[in-house]
Amino acid sequence: MDRILLIGAILSLVCSLGYTLFALGAGNFRPGRFNVVAILVAFALMSAFLYLRGKLEGSCPLNSLFDVLIFQSWSFLLIYLVVGTAYRLSLLGAFTAPLAFLMMVVALVGPLDQTPRARATNAWIETHAALSIVAYGALGLAAVAGIMYLLQERLLKAHKVSSLLYNLPPITDLAAAIVRLLWLGIVLLTISFAAGMLSQMAVNQMKYTASLAIWGLYAFILVLHKFGFAPPRRLALFTVGGFVLVLLSLPGIQYLSSRP
Amino acid sequence: MNILCAGLNHQNTPIEVREKFAVGQHELAETLDAVRTIDGLSGAVILSTCNRVEFYASSICPVRTIDGLRDLMRERTGIDAPLYIHDTTRSVQHLFRVASGLDSMVIGETEILGQVKKAYSSAAELGATTRHLNKLFQHAFRVAKHVRTETQITRGSTSVGSVAVDLAGKIFGDLSGKRVMILGAGETSERTARSLVSRGVKTVIVSNRTFDRAAKLAEEIGGLAIHFDHWQNAFSDIDILICSTAAPHAIVRHDQLAPMMKARPGRPLFIIDLAVPRDVEAAVNKLDGVFLYDIDSLEGIVRQSIETRRSEVIRCEQMIGHHVRSFVNWLRHHHEISRL
Repeated sequence: MDRILLIGAILSLVCSLGYTLFALGAGNFRPGRFNVVAILVAFALMSAFLYLRGKLEGSCPLNSLFDVLIFQSWSFLLIYLVVGTAYRLSLLGAFTAPLAFLMMVVALVGPLDQTPRARATNAWIETHAALSIVAYGALGLAAVAGIMYLLQERLLKAHKVSSLLYNLPPITDLAAAIVRLLWLGIVLLTISFAAGMLSQMAVNQMKYTASLAIWGLYAFILVLHKFGFAPPRRLALFTVGGFVLVLLSLPGIQYLSSRP
Repeated sequence: MNILCAGLNHQNTPIEVREKFAVGQHELAETLDAVRTIDGLSGAVILSTCNRVEFYASSICPVRTIDGLRDLMRERTGIDAPLYIHDTTRSVQHLFRVASGLDSMVIGETEILGQVKKAYSSAAELGATTRHLNKLFQHAFRVAKHVRTETQITRGSTSVGSVAVDLAGKIFGDLSGKRVMILGAGETSERTARSLVSRGVKTVIVSNRTFDRAAKLAEEIGGLAIHFDHWQNAFSDIDILICSTAAPHAIVRHDQLAPMMKARPGRPLFIIDLAVPRDVEAAVNKLDGVFLYDIDSLEGIVRQSIETRRSEVIRCEQMIGHHVRSFVNWLRHHHEISRL
């Protein structure tokens, strides 16, 4: 049953992705309800999956890399549904779907142990783990907005007037969205770290250092922006680069998490 | 019951003739009253714009109605109106095409739909419409919406001014509160500035080698004139720069702009260079946050938009054809249609 839910979610994301690619190919791309509905369906199916998985594991389902990838994809969709619609960045969905799709495919097809693992529950640890993933969701969406910014900026600079240019949001709005998502991400990450400290769990030193480095990296980016050293284009590049680093470090952090 | 359309437009009648037949808002009630006395006619809507004067009527006797309409026009203007006359099917198709912007001088323009809506609501308020005309016009509004959402007939802009406004929107989003500077008070720069003002731009600063000309333009568009020697002082505070001076060399250079842009991080600058020879060095476009468009690139976008719209006409016609069949079938099922 849980596998069917995941496959259903993937198919929904494929529909969103296919629609975007088809419409872009036909030169008639217009982000609309279709992307939002497809993402809503995927989100509902993934929520159901996570609920079932949580019941099986007896805790927040974040006990393996498989769990983390699914939870991370879910958090991308969550942040998109909250932030994307609030800031009328409907096209963000068209860019979020491929990212969530990719992570889910890696989770399902990759050489990962998918066996549910029961774990003793600790509210602070669960808060720490869940908030970290949602924070990475916000940072991931900031990177998606960064890609959109770089794309729109490129189209405007090169005078390439296409349906993509007309449908991508104004660069000023994208720059504002990047900043807001970065703030959201870092605030959630900070709360998650505080919850981690309160849990008094034994932490692997490498994981501790890596997590702190990620927090420091994003704090540094925001400080640079605040003091005018990271104008929008540079901010977009830093945000995309930062998230690539996070993605690359995720398997390592997850591995270290399983070791005291 | 028959639907008729009789009229003249920019395609078949020069403006000197069209203006004689134009029906202003102040004389609409009187004209509609006169039209409604025509034999066989049960209801009418008059669409009078700068490009067309058209009568849409429901009639049980089309031949007598057309004759009556011709007589009325002759009485009003003293000349025989070079009217085109359409039977039911073609009248329905014509209205759908007009409402969708396919019959406009600039294909796909959207102003006409508002004009059709106004013509219909005015006639309806004066009690001049019938059930058939109500149904026809409501259907026309749906067709126009359908055509515009499903095709690219309204895609892009068809004038330099509107392209500039579109691009400004893609850079800044909301234009209210933005500041524009015009360097060189040319005709195109004035039109472009007016387009931007219509979209909510807050302040317009005009600078010209002849100060009087700058002051005159500034007064006309509600802006502020400054001496040409001082334009750089006001530069740090602007978002959009429109250049159209007659200078033989670039007056906005890369080396000059680079430090200015550093002093305003995160604030983009949109430069519209309408001058030939160009006023702005092309290398300026490489600066972070600067978006430079010269007259060639703007006109290229206009051409591209017109081409896109033209390529969509066939799809629009197919959609309209489908709607025409649907409406005429409804009319046939309810009332017999006679041939003209």
